Amino acid sequence: MKKKFPFHIIVFLFPACFIYSIFMIYPLLDTMRVSLYTQNLLGENMDDSSGVRAFIGLRNYYDLFFNDTWSWHFWNALKNNIYFFLLHISIQTPIGLLIAAFLSNRELKLKSAYRTLIFLPAMMSIVIVGYIFNLILSPLWGIPQTLLGVVGLEDLVQPWLGLKGSALITVSLISIWQFVGIPMLLFYAALVSIPEEILDAAKVDGSSGLNTFWKIKFPLILPTIGLMCILTYVGNFNAFDLIYAIKNIYAGPEFSTDLMGTFFYRTFFGYQHQLGNPTMGATVASTTFGIILIGVLIYLFAFQNRITRYQY
Amino acid sequence: MKKILSSFLILFAFIFTALPAFSGTVIIESWRNDDADAWNEKIIPAFNKQYPDIEIIFQATIPAQYSASVSAKLEGGNAGDLITLIPFDASLKLFNRGWLASLNGLGGLENYPQVAKDAWSTDDQSDIFGVPMASVSHGFMYNKDIFKELGLSVPKTESEFFAVLDAIKADGKYVPLAIGTADTWAISTMGFQNIGPNYWAGEKGRKGILTGDEKFTDDHYVSLFETLGKWSNYMADGYQAQTYPDSQNLFTLGDAAIYPSGSWEIFTFSQNADFEFSAFAPPIRDGESNCYIDDHTDIGIGMNSKAKNPAEAKVFLEWLTGAEFAEIFANEVPGFFPLHSHSIAVNDPVAKEFISWKDTCDTTIRNSYHIVGRGEPNLESVLYEVVSGVVNGTVTPVEAAERAEASLANWYEPHQ
Amino acid sequence: MKNLSSNLNSIIMHLVLISYTVICLFPVYLLVNNSFKSRRAIFKQPLSLPNEETFSLAGYLKMFSRIDFGVFFYNSAFVTIITLFFVLLFGAMAAWALSEYKFKGNTMLGLYLAFGIMIPIKLGTVSILQLMNSLNLVNSLTGLIVIYIAQSLPLAIWILSEFMKQLSNELKEAARCDGVNEYQLFFYIVLPLLRPPMATVGVFTMVPVWNDLWWPLILAPSSGKQTVILGMQQYIGQYVTNWNAIFASLSLALIPVIIFYLIFSRQLIRSITSGAVK
Repeated sequence: MKKKFPFHIIVFLFPACFIYSIFMIYPLLDTMRVSLYTQNLLGENMDDSSGVRAFIGLRNYYDLFFNDTWSWHFWNALKNNIYFFLLHISIQTPIGLLIAAFLSNRELKLKSAYRTLIFLPAMMSIVIVGYIFNLILSPLWGIPQTLLGVVGLEDLVQPWLGLKGSALITVSLISIWQFVGIPMLLFYAALVSIPEEILDAAKVDGSSGLNTFWKIKFPLILPTIGLMCILTYVGNFNAFDLIYAIKNIYAGPEFSTDLMGTFFYRTFFGYQHQLGNPTMGATVASTTFGIILIGVLIYLFAFQNRITRYQY
Repeated sequence: MKKILSSFLILFAFIFTALPAFSGTVIIESWRNDDADAWNEKIIPAFNKQYPDIEIIFQATIPAQYSASVSAKLEGGNAGDLITLIPFDASLKLFNRGWLASLNGLGGLENYPQVAKDAWSTDDQSDIFGVPMASVSHGFMYNKDIFKELGLSVPKTESEFFAVLDAIKADGKYVPLAIGTADTWAISTMGFQNIGPNYWAGEKGRKGILTGDEKFTDDHYVSLFETLGKWSNYMADGYQAQTYPDSQNLFTLGDAAIYPSGSWEIFTFSQNADFEFSAFAPPIRDGESNCYIDDHTDIGIGMNSKAKNPAEAKVFLEWLTGAEFAEIFANEVPGFFPLHSHSIAVNDPVAKEFISWKDTCDTTIRNSYHIVGRGEPNLESVLYEVVSGVVNGTVTPVEAAERAEASLANWYEPHQ
Repeated sequence: MKNLSSNLNSIIMHLVLISYTVICLFPVYLLVNNSFKSRRAIFKQPLSLPNEETFSLAGYLKMFSRIDFGVFFYNSAFVTIITLFFVLLFGAMAAWALSEYKFKGNTMLGLYLAFGIMIPIKLGTVSILQLMNSLNLVNSLTGLIVIYIAQSLPLAIWILSEFMKQLSNELKEAARCDGVNEYQLFFYIVLPLLRPPMATVGVFTMVPVWNDLWWPLILAPSSGKQTVILGMQQYIGQYVTNWNAIFASLSLALIPVIIFYLIFSRQLIRSITSGAVK
């Protein structure tokens, strides 16, 4: 067979690689480069007339981590984001697992109806979800009062979205409400792909439903659970829309709902009369990238290797 | 397969060819979506009566994204000819970057007071880059029906103001003050900047902060924070989650008696409220005799330095400095007051009420914008935080004053 | 004994599932229900269905008169469909090359492209905005499309290449023996076989693009170029006293996605559970 230069491989690969590299990879690298500069916010030229930007090395990072003007917001947003993530892992994943476990039960009726309906919120726009819940929880409309009033618990109602102590949890719960369908579906797929023989063997051995679940099903779907965790991690550190829709860019009250995404937007874009600071914004973005990357690497190396993959 | 592909590509390219601009057309960039009707149906036709061969197109973008979006457009060279400008630094930045043309020598600029021009001039006042278009004022709207029902009269002093609030609260049927703290800009702008001028004596206080003669830790500012802290006693349950639109709804549905307001609300309220409402000026401090009103330079208009039709754009700008535009604007968009010195007839009764205060009170602009707004974070944002904190009760008045002062001392020489 | 306990199990499971389903659907019900009421009725009787007195289309009418929903819809639909077209085309081409041909750097390239699945494209916003500025693509639908293609390619390529690895070799060899060149092989034989994963790629591409707020907010906020989500968000930001109009606009923004989802849910769920995601 004559060896022609495999042009076709290049043709097939080129469009995707080109667009991906120019619009995704290059901007990421360039953002990291921009984070090494500082910029005059009023648009005046720098003293050394290098234009509006001047190189300052890692100074921005130092400021971000240690200089009060920035570091307070950074550590606050980071702390909030970690808390946001932990809430998701500890509430969203178990609920998804529970529902998936129920749905994977062979004898259950109406399975596909439940599946379709429970997954529905995940398809909705986050912005719409944010607005709906903002309205539902608005003290003016009084829905929580009416609902809890039915069981006589209306005194428990607070303006949760407006109080520093409860705002972040409330927003997290709204996000969890929306996205439970995703772990549910992934876990369901994993559970359903466990071969019948294993489950039948367990039943023959007299294993109860609960026992079967914990000793057999759970370990077999650990890889999926791991995948779900890292997807949640990346998604949570990317979160922006929900806070923007519910609390606008100030992420109040007193920045208690500020996440890395909203902090980035505020820094880079400015808001109302606060001028935007693109170089500092680039720093925040690069730092967020680093945080996400660390998480992904931990997952890939520590988690993926350790979990035994069962072949069947 | 290939046919489909290529026809798709052709279609694609065709749809995205940029539409050429017509010559003699002036495009105005703005965030005022609300006014689009006023511009398209009244203002532009009036201009065209005098200048029929210049086409004007009014193009609006989302308010929250306006600064950033117009900045990007100017940088990319595809912004319109005329740019609606927010006051002070955000627009100064555009001028410094060379994207706005200098308007020195434009006919009609002598009609404006210096305070108005400052909002769109360089610090040393040597260059002006925006024609002042409108200001907004602050005061308190009130539900006339509720006041009549409860036998209340319009308060003039602070103690009268709190007496009225107490009476409404005691009656129990209505919420005394329709405002919340969820939207921090609202409580800061309609609270702090509303009654504030009466505390810092208007321009004297504002300039005092500029020169460093006054500090936020001075007694009168601490008192101001204390007074604001009292407002939460009169707000609705759950006010911490009450947003600006919630407040608007609360008032227009007739469930609240008083609404700390900006004059821009006149138009929306007249459409949504089915009761009679009017406004009263911010109450004067007990024992004082002078009153001060916040009359804030809010909207200006400048010219793109790379405008496609600069000559026609300038014609329009000069027309804007005249009385005809002022009268149309003031009446079509009640609550926005033209900034120049022509006297014009305004029809809306509530707008007239706002204007009448300027006869007896001195005016000033909000104290956090001119020059002192430049820090990171800027003073305005810090005020949003501390004012809402004081009202919520999570920040003490003294702490609030100290934080505001510290944010200035951080970077502003006169306060160091 | 066994029947009783399994029935009990069944009842408990149904109870839990029904409760959770209600929790999922209640907000949607509240929204759509109240979009058909007058403003006063929304406040006074939020939970009940509209009756003769309270039924009102005022919200929808007000919304239609104020905003050009048609334009938003067109923009969103245009961007979403064109994006999907190119993601499928370029993604399939790249996935084909990666899965079919052995060449040096195949694995590296695969990893390079898969990198984008984990890393959010938003992080490059500062530079993307500058890039778009210099390409004159700010406030254009083209700019949005290009970004969305870049954003959706990694996952699409991954899904498609996993699927392509399973294609039977005999079919390909037979075609080659018949003298079919690689391009014809790809476009005429392989592409038509890709219907199953197309649905998955379709949903995973279209839904995030339709629902996206960030890029329209940053790159295309001018009137005339806004998408449904952005336009609706802006509308709510401005005309917020009209709760009935807000409910109407939210409902209207929600309907296309819900309809789309309900039509394709069976295929979507089937393709996810058949192991396209491992």
